[in-house]
Parts: sequence; C-alpha cells; structure tokens
Amino acid sequence: MSGHSTYNPTNPVMKWVDDRLPLPRLMYDSFVSYPVPRNLNYWYTFGGILMIMMVSQIITGIVLVMHYTPHVDMAFDSVEHIRRNVNYGNVLQKWHAVGASFFFIAVYIHIARGMYYGSYKAPREILWMLGVAIFLVMMATGFMGYVLPWGQMSFWGAKVITNLFSAVPFFGEAIVTWLWGGFSVDNATLQRFFSLHYLLPFVLVGVVILHVWALHVTGQGNPTGVEVKSGQDTLAFTPFATVKDAFALSVFFIVFTAFVFFAPDYLGHSINYEEANPLVTPEHIVPEWYYLPFYAILRAVPDKLLGVVAMFGSIMVWFVLPWLDTSKVRSAAYRPIFKQLFWLLMIDFFILGIVGANPPEGWWITVGQIATVYYFAHFLILLPLVGLLETPKPLPSSISDAVLAKNTNKQPAAQPAE
Amino acid sequence: MKTTKTLLAAIALGTSLVLGGTAAVAAGKQHNAEDINFSFEGVFGHFDRAQLQRGYLVYKEVCSACHAMKQVYYRNLGEPGGPELSEAEVKAVAAEATVMDGPDLDGEMFERPGLPADKFVSPFPNKQAAMSANGGAYPVDLSLITKKREGFHFPWYVSPFIKLVKGNGGPEYVRAVLMGYEEAPAEAAKDAPEGKHYNPYFAAGPWISMAAPLSEDAVEYADGTKASVEQMSTDVAAFLTWAGEPKMEQRKSMGFQVVLYLALLSLLLFLTKKRVWGREPH
Repeated sequence: MSGHSTYNPTNPVMKWVDDRLPLPRLMYDSFVSYPVPRNLNYWYTFGGILMIMMVSQIITGIVLVMHYTPHVDMAFDSVEHIRRNVNYGNVLQKWHAVGASFFFIAVYIHIARGMYYGSYKAPREILWMLGVAIFLVMMATGFMGYVLPWGQMSFWGAKVITNLFSAVPFFGEAIVTWLWGGFSVDNATLQRFFSLHYLLPFVLVGVVILHVWALHVTGQGNPTGVEVKSGQDTLAFTPFATVKDAFALSVFFIVFTAFVFFAPDYLGHSINYEEANPLVTPEHIVPEWYYLPFYAILRAVPDKLLGVVAMFGSIMVWFVLPWLDTSKVRSAAYRPIFKQLFWLLMIDFFILGIVGANPPEGWWITVGQIATVYYFAHFLILLPLVGLLETPKPLPSSISDAVLAKNTNKQPAAQPAE
Repeated sequence: MKTTKTLLAAIALGTSLVLGGTAAVAAGKQHNAEDINFSFEGVFGHFDRAQLQRGYLVYKEVCSACHAMKQVYYRNLGEPGGPELSEAEVKAVAAEATVMDGPDLDGEMFERPGLPADKFVSPFPNKQAAMSANGGAYPVDLSLITKKREGFHFPWYVSPFIKLVKGNGGPEYVRAVLMGYEEAPAEAAKDAPEGKHYNPYFAAGPWISMAAPLSEDAVEYADGTKASVEQMSTDVAAFLTWAGEPKMEQRKSMGFQVVLYLALLSLLLFLTKKRVWGREPH
C-alpha cells in the first residue's frame, strides 16, 4: 500500500530531519501506520522472526570472527578456544550454530506458508522470486559456515559438494580446482569459504531489503487470498502486528534457546568434533539436516551431472512457480484439491529429508527416486493441471466479510464488547 | 484423531521394542552402550565433584600414559563447574608436568615445571612418536571423546526421538569400551588381527589396539571408594565429559534463566496481544 503518508511529526527534531531526509517518515510508514490485513494468522509471523534470526546470526558471527582463526592447522582449535576460554564463548558459538538451524526452520515454515496461501501469485511474483534468491544465499552461507570449524564433516562435506562441479562437461575438473584454490580441499579453500561466509550475509541483507520493499509495495497477502479492498480490511502495523509478531518471536525463542542451552549438539554431527583428516573418510557423509531433501534428490539420479541439475532444478522450479500455478484463486483454503496436494508435497519433502539422512543403498534408493519424481511432478504437472480442473469454493467478498462470518459461525452468542 | 492416536501408539511400541533389547543390534556391528543415569544429564544436570576428582585420578594414572588431552588446561581443574581442586592442588598438579619451553635468550629450548596456565602436557611429542610407541595405533586425543563418539545406535525411525532425550551416549560409550573387553567368539577369533583385542563396544571395532587398560584396584581412591573396573570406567567417563565442555554447568544454569525469562515475557506479550486485539474482530 504505497498510499499517501500519514506521518505528521510533532517532535521538532524529527520534523527537521524529515524535511531534509525522510527517514523518520519511511520508518513510520513501514512499521507504524503500515496497514496489514486483519485476518493474518500466526503463520504470517515468520517473516519478522526471520528478520530477527538474520540479525542474531550476523551479530553472533561478527563476535565469533574476533576469536576464530581461518587456517587448517588452527581453525578446529580456535573454535574449541571459543568454547572453552572466551567469555560467554560457549554460548555464543552454540547460539550461532543452532541459530543456523532455527533460521532454516523459520524459512521453511515461511516458504511453506507462501505456497499454501498462494503468496507468489500476481502481483507478488517479484516478492516471491526475491524470497527464493534469499533462500539460495542462505543455503550457500550455511554450507560455507559449516566448513569453518574444520571438523571431519566440515571437510568431507566441502569435498563432496565442491566435487559436484566436476560433473560439468569439459570444464568440470578445472572448475573444481578453481573453487578449491588448489588440487584438494585445503587452506586456500578454508580461507575463501571464510571470506565468502562473511560476505554473503550482507548480500543477504541487501536482498532482504528488496524483499521487504516489494512487500510494502504490493501489501501483504492473507489467508483468504482476497486483496485488501478498504480500510475495514486492515489494521495498523503498530500496535497490532507488532505485538503479535513479538509474542510469536518470544515463543519461537523459547524453543530455540532450549536447544541452544540444553541440546546444542542435537542438530549437528558428533563426528564434527573430530578434527578434519583428509586421510580418513567418515562412514556416512551427510550435510546439515536442512539440506537433506535436496541431497536426496541429488543422489536419486544415477547420473552425476543430471543429479546436480535435478538438485539445483528442485529449487529453481520455485522461481517459475507463479506461472506454473494456473489457478486464479490464491489461498488453499478455497482450493480443496490443491490443499491436499500441498500436504502431499510436505510429506514428500519430509520423506526426501529422511532419505537424504540414510545411506543410498537398498530400498532407500527406490524411495528417494519415487519421492524425487513426485516432487517434480507436483510442480510441473499437478500444479498446472489442478488449477484448470479444480472448482474452487466461493470466495468471500472481502477480508472483513470473511472475518465477520468466521466470528459469527464460531460463537453465535459472542458479544463484540470487550 | 483416531489415526493420530494409533500412530502415536505405534511409535511408542516401536520405541519400547528397540529400547528393550540390544539384541536388535546386528552381529558384527558396534554394540550399544549401557545407558547410565549420570548426574550431569538433563536440564538441571550437575557434575558430581567427587566423581570428577576420582575420574581425574584414573585419567592421570592410567589414560594419560598414552592419551593426550590438548584442549584442557591445568587451571581448568580448579575452575567452577569442574573437579574444583584447590588453587594449591592445581599448582601442584601442574608442577608435576614437565613443559618444553623456549627458546631462551641463548636460543636454547629448555624444560620447566608446568604452570596452571599450561595445557595438559601430551605424553608424546608428536603423532608419529605416539604411533611408534603404540604398535602403529594412534591413541586418540581425549579432549572431546564423549562428544565425537556415539554410544547409542538405533534404527532411523526412532533414533531422532531417543537421542533428543538421551543424547548421543558419548559418556556411556567411553564407559562401555573400558568395560567391554571380552573373549572373542570362536568365529571372530579365527581371523583375529595380531596384537589386537576384542571389544564389541569399540566404534571402529570389534578389534581394538588398546589392551584392557583398567584392572581391579588400578588406582587408589582418596575417598575410599572401591576401585572396581566399573567404578573407574564410570568415573573417568564423567571426567572426560567435563573435559569435553568445562563450561557445561554454566551453560545449563544460564539456559534455565533464559528460558524462564522468555516464558514470562511470552506470557506478558500474550496478555498484551489479547488486550490489543480484543477490540478488533480478526
């Protein structure tokens, strides 16, 4: 809602600044008077949660770098040094490592919410595509960050993933040597990963700013998928969205900190407490849990190059999601068949994750292949078809109508007097 | 609803079946370590000081002959949340070690007694020396042994749930390996490697280069505890768990405060949210 600004500074200092650089106005319009649909549920709080997680990762990361040494002979010991000798370093390091996991938990929920409520449809295609770009940057950042402690899984994970590029025809080997900065994963590799791991989060911030900008141009979607039609449909960001987001964030942080303080190693790999050793290959090389579904897709394809293409394609397909979904109706709440397909996709993705965590042998291979085929079929076949064949439920005429109907249905005797 | 209940019941049944019998572990695979209720487990877990001191004695008199522990400093022994030796004891312990220091002003390396600020002195100058003295096998550094080894191995469909409650079983692993030496079954004994010992709890096993390190009364506990193999194994497992993360107690107590704070904050925010939104249909 890039409507007219209602900012009217009473403070003379703010007025002075605003007349010269309208930063106070931008803040006011974005986080105070910004109208949000009144029917947003808690699934819509994860955008704010992600913003805080990103800031949390950057702050803890900056402090960790003050004590970390990016050298193959010292990296592992320097991380132990942080855990043992740096003031609050034990918590800081765990906060950052577990924080990466919870950043991904939040982003997966955020993406799934977007898919369920059709948040990617016109006019929000660019908003959605920027989100996919954010996810890609997050994945690259997370992968490089996991290499930095220079444990066994750090090293072998880096080796396996960088080796994927050797599948590129003709130039494969040269690309891998170029990525490594040498003929094996070594000090040059660690140092460039460190450099990029520090750079990419700031690229991330840049794309997030574009993402939020695009959001504020189109306005937020909502569970009905019906666009905002009048002031009746919305509430001011502050206090309504602010307090709801703050509550959701606080609850999210209870779970997050419970893991940080009471199960900090649960989401990682024990073997990463063993210093990297190029001569000893771990029994099972697996990436962090948040890459497992894509790792399963990679391994489902017998051909290396096609596997890599499938893995990247499984995310790239999200870029064209706005055009693959042919339905005019946004929200799954009014699309009975699509709703079931959505949940099937969630189950499929979960199965892919389990397959990715297990060794590629026996029936795991078959399960992985079926799940991979279904994953692509969902986006490339089912989604375009169901939009054409499905009869959606009747849409409410407006958000406020939907809210009123819901309230009267639920509590016929309720009085709106509190 | 009904399906959910059936599913939960099935998971519970599966879990209990798997937990019930270590026989589920296939032959030749690493045996599951016996689960021990250590004092340091759980949200409020604390180390047992006396146990850590006993464990340190076992480490010092037995393990440290071959195994290094390069991440740990002598001063750690006196810090809160650990064995909490007195300052004088820490100094005495450190002084027993000989540290190679230098070069001095003449460019010569020299030996001096250890100080609390020194790291635990390794028994061998380098990895090659350690391997050469131990028949080609490298005695692993014990600083993080309870973090990097896992004592519990369960099927994929229950493992995530069990590990959330019980952890990876690192301390149990150490205890199980120390107690786990046994006569090799006839079938396995046929192709026993030269100079190796049978231990089905060993991660890279069942053949291990280290001979059974503990025997009845191998150390003499100052507090009069009977030094059985099981007692020593349990004590040293606790000590090594502390050595893996000397600030575990601080972490957990801070965590309790953080979670409690967030719980209260959430409650207040919830009430605020209700109040703010109460006026508006949503």
